[in-house]
Parts: sequence; C-alpha cells; structure tokens
Amino acid sequence: MSGIAALIRNPLVVALFLTLAVAGCANKKTPNNAADLGLNGGPATPGSARDFTVNVGDRIFFDTDSSVIRADAQGILSRQAQWLNQYRQYAILIEGHADERGTREYNLALGARRAAATRDFLAARGVTASRMKTISYGKERPVAVCDDISCWSQNRRAVTTLSGAGS
Amino acid sequence: MKSMIKAIFVAAALGSAIAAAIVPARAQLEIDVTQGNIEPLPIAVTDFLSSDALGAEITSIIAADLQRSGLFAPIDKGAFIEKISNPDGAPRFEDWKVINAQALVTGRVTQESDGRLRAEFRLWDTFAGQQLIGEQFFANKANSRRVAHIIADAIYERLTGEKGYFDTRVVFIDESGSKNQRKKRLAIMDQDGANVRYLSDGSSITLTPRFSPTRQEITYMSYESGQPRVYLLQIETGQRELVGNFPGMTFAPRFSPDGQKVIMSLLRDDGNSNIYAMDLRSRTTTRLTNSAAIDTSPSYSPDGSQVVFTSDRGGQPQIYVMSADGSGQNRISFGGGSYSTPVWSPRGDLIAFTKQSGGEFQIGVMKTDGSGERILSSGFSQEGPTWAPNGRYIMYFKEGSGSGGPRLYSIDLTGRNEQQIPTQNFASDPAWSPLLE
Repeated sequence: MSGIAALIRNPLVVALFLTLAVAGCANKKTPNNAADLGLNGGPATPGSARDFTVNVGDRIFFDTDSSVIRADAQGILSRQAQWLNQYRQYAILIEGHADERGTREYNLALGARRAAATRDFLAARGVTASRMKTISYGKERPVAVCDDISCWSQNRRAVTTLSGAGS
Repeated sequence: MKSMIKAIFVAAALGSAIAAAIVPARAQLEIDVTQGNIEPLPIAVTDFLSSDALGAEITSIIAADLQRSGLFAPIDKGAFIEKISNPDGAPRFEDWKVINAQALVTGRVTQESDGRLRAEFRLWDTFAGQQLIGEQFFANKANSRRVAHIIADAIYERLTGEKGYFDTRVVFIDESGSKNQRKKRLAIMDQDGANVRYLSDGSSITLTPRFSPTRQEITYMSYESGQPRVYLLQIETGQRELVGNFPGMTFAPRFSPDGQKVIMSLLRDDGNSNIYAMDLRSRTTTRLTNSAAIDTSPSYSPDGSQVVFTSDRGGQPQIYVMSADGSGQNRISFGGGSYSTPVWSPRGDLIAFTKQSGGEFQIGVMKTDGSGERILSSGFSQEGPTWAPNGRYIMYFKEGSGSGGPRLYSIDLTGRNEQQIPTQNFASDPAWSPLLE
C-alpha cells in the first residue's frame, strides 16, 4: 500500500499516466480546462491546490449506475483525506458527475449520490463535515466527449475541488 | 394573458347562404384516426386573397401544419385548376375533385381600418359539394402566424374529430458551444420552430422546463444560485421566483393539472432523492416518498389523483405509480432494461417513457398499469418525452452517435411520422404547452 502510494505520489508517474489516458482517447477527449488535467502552470508547491490535484489526485471514478466507492477510489480518497486533514485552510466542494448513458433527471440524482458517497468516505477518514459541500452536475459537464465507453468511464466521477486560502 | 388573447382574437361563424342551404348533417369527409395506418387526406390549401404576400404566407403555414401532422397531404399548388377569385362563393367542385382534393381551403386576409388583420376562411368537402366551416378571425399583424395555426387547428378538428395542437408553444433548452462547456439556455418557440425567444441568458445551466397547464408560467431548474434549484418564471413579465427554500438540490419539477402545485425531487442529506409536492399558494410542502433510493421525475395523472415517477429502489431505474398522497406505491415497468422520465398523457390512458435496453435509448408508451408497452423510436440516445395537448403526438430529444448534440423530434402515437423540429442550435428538454387561449 505504501509502495503504491509512493509511486503515485511521484509527479512524473502521474504525468505519464495522464499522457497515456489522453492518447488512449485519440483527440476525442477535450479537457474541460487546464485544472481538469492538473496542468496549471507553476510548481505543485506542497499544500497548494495544484499539489492536491497532481500529487494526490482530485477525482475518483465509478462503475455504471453505481455510487459505490471502488477499491481503486478508496486509495485515492484516503490520500485526499490525509492531505485535507493536513491543510485545513481549504473549503471543499465535491462535484458528482454521471456519464451520458442515463436520463437527465436520474443522472442529476446519481451525481448527487456519488458526491455524497465521496463526502461520507472523506468524513469517515476524519475530514470535518462542515468543511465539505456537495453539488451534482448530472451528465451536464462531461470531461471526455467521445461517444463510447472510453469517455463514459472518465465522466462517471466525483471531483474534490478546493477553495479558500492558498487556492 | 388569457384575457389578452381573447381580446386579440374574435372568431365568428361566417354567414353563408351556401352552407345554410345544405343539410347541416355531419359530413362524410372525416379521417378515422383510430386506425393504425392512416392514408393522409389530400387537401388543397389555396392562397388566401390579399393585397400583399401575407395571404400566401398564412396559407403556407396552414399547409405545413397539416402536412407535419401526418394526417393530411396538401396538394401541390401547381396542380390547381381553379384560381379562387371570390372566396365568398362556392368553388367549382369538379375542378377540385379532378385533382382528388377531398378537402379545400379558401380564404381572404384584409386589413381593418384600425390596423388589425381580418382573416376569413372556408373549408369545403369537395365530393359532397358542401361547406364544412366558415369563420373569421381578427388579430394584430404581429400575430399572423397564430392566426394561421388557429385556422389549421379548426381544419384539423373538423376533419379528425380530435382537438388540434398547432396553436401551441414549446419551451426547451437551447444548447450551444462545445459539449464539455455547453451553454444551456431556456428558450420558447412555436410548436413549428418559429418565433424563438430566449428566457435566460445562458450564464448558468438551466434544465427541464415545464409548462403550467393553466397559466403563462413555467417551472424549471437552474444553477444560478450555485446550488441547482427549482424556479418559477412568468413568461410575459419575466418575473422569477425560487420554489421553496431547501438546503439541498431541488430538481425534476412539474406542475399539477390545476397549476396549483409543483411536484419535484429534493435531495436528502444521505445522497438519495425523494418526491415532494409544494402548494404554491400556501407554500406548504408534502413529502410523498421516503425511500433510501433515487425517487425522481414525478408526473401527475390529468385528474390529479395519481403520480407516476422513476425510482431505483429495486436496483435500477423503473417506473412506479402512487396515489397523489404518496400511498400505494407500485412498480409498473417490467420489461427488460431500465425505465425513466415517465409522463402521463393528457388523455389519461398512457404513460410515455424513456427506456434503456441493449445499449440503446428508446421512447415508448405503456398503459397506466404497465401493460401494452409499445416502443415508438429507438436509437443511440433519446429521452425526455412530452405530450402534445391532444395526446396524439410526443416530442423528445435525440442525438445520433457522433452528431455532436441533440435535436428535437416529434412522432405520432402510432410510431409513424418522426420529424425533426427545426432549431438553430442543438436543443433538448422540450415541454409542450397546453392549447393557447
């Protein structure tokens, strides 16, 4: 566990992984903005929002029509909790998203349930509940926009975003 | 609004010596809309006499309405033999029978001394040699399209025996920009795609607008306050109002048939969603479901006694029906796949839905007990049915794989006659108005 954590903490490995993810979607993926790929300019100073995005990982992914925190996501959220408990100046907004393979209203509800599941997991790891808010975007804000599973799996996500001092 | 429209339109039966001379019995000419496969009725819609282009414009709107209904086949004007020069007199029926025009529309548009338009029209049964309708309407010039839709409704009603639906509007979400940063604006248009007007500026996401059945008012969901919430909007004044003040997301709003309540989903703190009804006068809120599941997309039956909704309490989204007080919740969808967005038909006998099955999205209808499921349209992505006020047509939004965005389509209840509604940009979430008054 500590080995995997150490590996992913390495910014170079994370950057390589992101490069592969983009290549795998061959021009079909358009990032929402630079923050979606954690490629904001400037160094990922420890404790900065960019540090969180690049070195911890700001998002987790879900199975189709599920809000269960997967095993791979549990590792990411545990690291998020550790980081958030260390840097307590941030307020936290958790965005829940769904892929486009569901209807609009149901997906708003599904995104909300994913955001709540993420919040509850972080709370169980010691993140103060009053710091955290949730919002659902349903399927209205995809990051990957191709019409197949390679994109849908990236859109079924919960993204932990930071605001407040130092962001 | 109601009184304003009444002031604009004054309808009157045209006194007609011809009509009076004929037996006032029901004409033989009628489309039997109960048959599954309808042969469109050949109809000649002649240019209304006028001193400018308006007569021909009104005529083309009427012909287009009738054609899109799938029940009429307007005959090409080039085939006409008689040129109508006196719309007050009887046409030469033989000339119209020869080109198989079973019905004939004639008329005139003139300007009154006060500037108003006066539109007169007559509908003829050519084979019976008989006038079926003679009416006139007065309207402001800006409302000339509405006059055409009202005349098309009168023709549709006389020949099908059903209420028309042409003098209606559709609220929808206008979508522009790239898919991952799409601007979603509230917009309204006539049912044929004309007269588009924007009701929000696009600075925040707006979704799922629905018409009040009784007022010029819509309810919709918007992210404008940050947290997504349900609002009311007065169409004419632009006045907006938050529906209730709840801590979490409110979504999936819809009016009750009397227009006095909004039924919607509220997000619970545990991440699940339940259905509530809010009385708009007393502002009291009633919880109708209380499940640790997603309960959403509620829609009242036309008599207000029942509510159909989507729930995933059984593991995946399915359709349930309950009494309007929340009692007696029963699942009604049992086909393979998942079901959502149920909408009760204005006639009360059917529920339209979106179904996902085998990697496809489908629009279908079922009886209110879940039996008699019929799929009307299948494809890569389509959802969100809304009923025309006469219950014969359904509109929804549909997106092909790789098409880049959704467009609005309408289809006949029999699954025939699927047609795209022309919109400048991508469009989604259509909601049909009641017949205007």
